[in-house]
Amino acid sequence: MTARKSSRQSLWAIFGVPLAIAVLSTVGLIAALTGDGWRDGLSWAGLAVPVLAAAWAAKARRT
Amino acid sequence: MISPTIRIWYLVHKWSSLICTVFLLMLCITGLPLIFHDEIYRLSGDAPQYGMPGVGSSGTAPGLLPLDAMMAKALSARPGEVPLFMAFDNDHPSMTITTAPRADAPGSEMTIQMLDRSTGRTLGQEDEDGVMHFLLQLHTDMFLGLPGMLFLGAMGVLFTAALVSGVVLYAPFMRKLPFGTLRTSRSTRLKWLDTHNLLGIVALAWMAVVGLTGVINTLEKPINALWQRRELAGMTREYAGKGALPPSRYGSLDKAMAEARKVLPGNNPQFIGFPGGSFSSAHHYAVFFQGDTPLTERLLTPALIDAETGSFTASRSMPWYNMSLSLSRPLHFGDYGGLPLKILWAVLDVFTIVILITGLYLWLGKRRVSSAAHVREVETGGVLVLAE
Repeated sequence: MTARKSSRQSLWAIFGVPLAIAVLSTVGLIAALTGDGWRDGLSWAGLAVPVLAAAWAAKARRT
Repeated sequence: MISPTIRIWYLVHKWSSLICTVFLLMLCITGLPLIFHDEIYRLSGDAPQYGMPGVGSSGTAPGLLPLDAMMAKALSARPGEVPLFMAFDNDHPSMTITTAPRADAPGSEMTIQMLDRSTGRTLGQEDEDGVMHFLLQLHTDMFLGLPGMLFLGAMGVLFTAALVSGVVLYAPFMRKLPFGTLRTSRSTRLKWLDTHNLLGIVALAWMAVVGLTGVINTLEKPINALWQRRELAGMTREYAGKGALPPSRYGSLDKAMAEARKVLPGNNPQFIGFPGGSFSSAHHYAVFFQGDTPLTERLLTPALIDAETGSFTASRSMPWYNMSLSLSRPLHFGDYGGLPLKILWAVLDVFTIVILITGLYLWLGKRRVSSAAHVREVETGGVLVLAE
């Protein structure tokens, strides 16, 4: 039981990366609403994060 | 041991998804071309040539024709009809004028004419038969009007419940797995399960925002009706007892616009609601102004001008429910950050389609298996193979 428990991750470990992706996506969703120019660029960067994360997993984590 | 909490969340996820999946698939598929609505319109060769390209019809640039002249032109094409809306563009001299046999006519009886304010020429009527229009109607209300809109709104609420329950189930599933796990070689089911989880968790924020703003968009008609009943009625209380102003007594639009601009200087109008329509009283030109910064551009403020005398009656910023509707539009359409944002919107839309299809596959493949077995599958990160 203890051995099994130690291999389990805390909620932080499970949701750390997803939370970061969600925050960056949200920044991306809002940035372009507040103006043009660099704010558009920030939007593209923010919303590219979920797409790149999926692409990274397909390349690096595929087994 | 099976956690009863996980079992409840599993059932919430299963049923909320199952009910909304077919409709969400339709929304995602019809939404995909709608993201590129403007680009398709431009490439299809229908885009008009303007007299003064790049000059917005919403401005006051020299060379733009008077609003009264534009209205006379539009009404001469539709004799006997009354004006309902006049809408402007910030980037082109084009504008639209909506007319109908009566002020309270339904949408099907309305005619929308597109005109060039720099030449006074008619650019055509809004195409109601095209493929894009068909897709938009299907996406908005499935040709069922308000009930269809509200139904799709309810599907959006279920979609949100599916997202929340999906996140809850993500925790026990991933307890022993690193982020991004994608086991593609063990079994087809495991491959789709990991794909479903991975795409679901990365696209979560986007799906939640587009889903919830979609729900708010379905409430457009009730929100506008509420505004008319509460805010507009309050602003025009002194006119309450008077009968509707007949169109023959409508005064100058240019005079009304000049008066409205005095109240909200520096701002440009988005549209004018005419007397008797759903955006005005029976006596007013309601000139809806955009904010003067990019952030407030979409938050409209109406200035009510007595349509007969051209004098100012009232101006009041929109209440919170209209503001959330105004902000929900760009956040749902993805049309506020250039072509790269639209492309990202399309990719995330495709992610959503994959999530819906893999979800359906995961249910169809093992739908005779007990929910206890499904919960074990979630708790073991998909390691435990489901038996029939």
